[in-house]
Amino acid sequence: MSPTVHRTLRARNWLLPALRVFTGLVFLFLMLPLLIVFPISFSSSAYLRFPPPGYSLRWYQAYVNDPVWIDATIRSLKIAGLATAIALVLGTLLAFSIVRGRYRGREALNQISALPIIVPSIVYSIAVYGLFAKLRLIGLWPGIALAHAVLAIPYVTIVVAAGLKTFDVAQEQAAMGLGASRLTAVRRITLPQIRPSLISAAFLAFIASFDELVVAMFLGGSNMTLPKKMFDNIMMEVDPTIAAVSVLKITLVTLLLALAARFGAGVRPAV
Amino acid sequence: MPASAQIAERRQSRMIPVLRGEQGPVMVGLLPVAFLGLLFLLPVLRLFLLSVEGGTLAHFDKAITSDLYLTVFIETFRIAAIVTCCSLLMAYPVAYVLSTASPRWVLIGLVFLMLPFWTSILVRTYAWMILLGRNGVLNQALLGAGVIKQPVALIFNTTGVVIGMVHVLLPYMVFPIYSAMLRVNRDLLLAAEGLGASGWSVFRRIFLPLTMPGVIAGTALVFILSLGFYITPALLGGGKVIMIAVLIEQQVRQFLEWGFAAALSCLLLVIAVLFYVLLNRLGRRETIA
Repeated sequence: MSPTVHRTLRARNWLLPALRVFTGLVFLFLMLPLLIVFPISFSSSAYLRFPPPGYSLRWYQAYVNDPVWIDATIRSLKIAGLATAIALVLGTLLAFSIVRGRYRGREALNQISALPIIVPSIVYSIAVYGLFAKLRLIGLWPGIALAHAVLAIPYVTIVVAAGLKTFDVAQEQAAMGLGASRLTAVRRITLPQIRPSLISAAFLAFIASFDELVVAMFLGGSNMTLPKKMFDNIMMEVDPTIAAVSVLKITLVTLLLALAARFGAGVRPAV
Repeated sequence: MPASAQIAERRQSRMIPVLRGEQGPVMVGLLPVAFLGLLFLLPVLRLFLLSVEGGTLAHFDKAITSDLYLTVFIETFRIAAIVTCCSLLMAYPVAYVLSTASPRWVLIGLVFLMLPFWTSILVRTYAWMILLGRNGVLNQALLGAGVIKQPVALIFNTTGVVIGMVHVLLPYMVFPIYSAMLRVNRDLLLAAEGLGASGWSVFRRIFLPLTMPGVIAGTALVFILSLGFYITPALLGGGKVIMIAVLIEQQVRQFLEWGFAAALSCLLLVIAVLFYVLLNRLGRRETIA
């Protein structure tokens, strides 16, 4: 706490503590839904009771032993992996183009490249369904990965462009002056230095695809992704298996977030 | 030729594309632009064509003149407005506390924001159903404490949808406001106070105007994203709260009305992009000022 703020708020000594309490309540509001699924997932009861009447691992067993859940999980992992790879390459190229380019229309390209974030997923789903039906890509997981890559590219571009802006081009030019080709200079000098941005970008792209429901629902045909299976499960109120899946997903995000914080450039929402 | 001259010559031949600097960036941009053109712009263009199939504006006419569908648009705007207001009222104090906190508390605060932010919306929506349902945790607790006699309806209505949406969108509001607050030069506040301004007038005449770009960015972003929400209204609305995205999905999957769904999608898209353009304009003016 800086002395300035203390003095600014001198006249209202009650204000800052009140704001802190309010902030604490907002954080409680944000975290409560994440915490509540933990006890539910270990419940021994098939009905929603809180606190649970007893504890067991039956909903985790139900998840692992159900081939539908496992198939959906593997499909989602494959889709997210491919989508991340495509988005990382194309988004990084686009970031290079936008940051380094001096051509006309660069600013327009910058704005347009953010559009997939703004366009509602239901609108993009309807739009891409028409094209993919024509190309006979409906029901194929690589098709979903292509559409997810489109949605993930803006995140990659924004994060990598931010990293590139802080990188000193003179280093790349120095390497080229010493005889390296442009490709070598970028590969050996530039990319290692913006690695944190690349790691964060990969994280964002992976999560964006792994959690995406609507596009996958339209393009998936009868092949369910994990979010689609979760959606159906919640709609039908089948059983608390969804709570066990939720706990696993929260754990995965926590792990990835910790890794991204350790090795990445931070993962604030790309705004 | 001496070695140094060789290096110098090589350097010159390598330097030229760097100095010209035009071809490279254009070339690397071609692949992603082609990809986005083919898989993003082309489908969206086809969507516009689909909405006017047969050369008539009948689908748009139906969307705009029918009371039924007009109600959905109004309801969507109303919910988006409520969600935006709630998010702003919650986010501004939180961003302020974060901007004045010690590094350790900033870190803790960011974790509390990022963890829910990156958790699947489905997981969070399911959790809200556990918390707010008729036999949910909150109702059981309130009944147990004797505060209420009968369970309160907290989901399958607008309340539930708003709570779920605010939970998803709050970080989108906090981050731009927090960034704007970090950029405020605290000496200005001190100077104003030294010149005799009251705490309230320092806030109203200096701090609030300086953080307005963040407020505008967050407000516009949350509002735009609210308009297209599907998962939260579909699950927490329980079929009673119909927002545009839910209507579009119904038209396609239940009634196979692709043309009409395309027209609704185009309307939603145009509205969202208009707000996005407005955001850019406003944002730019605010930064210059």
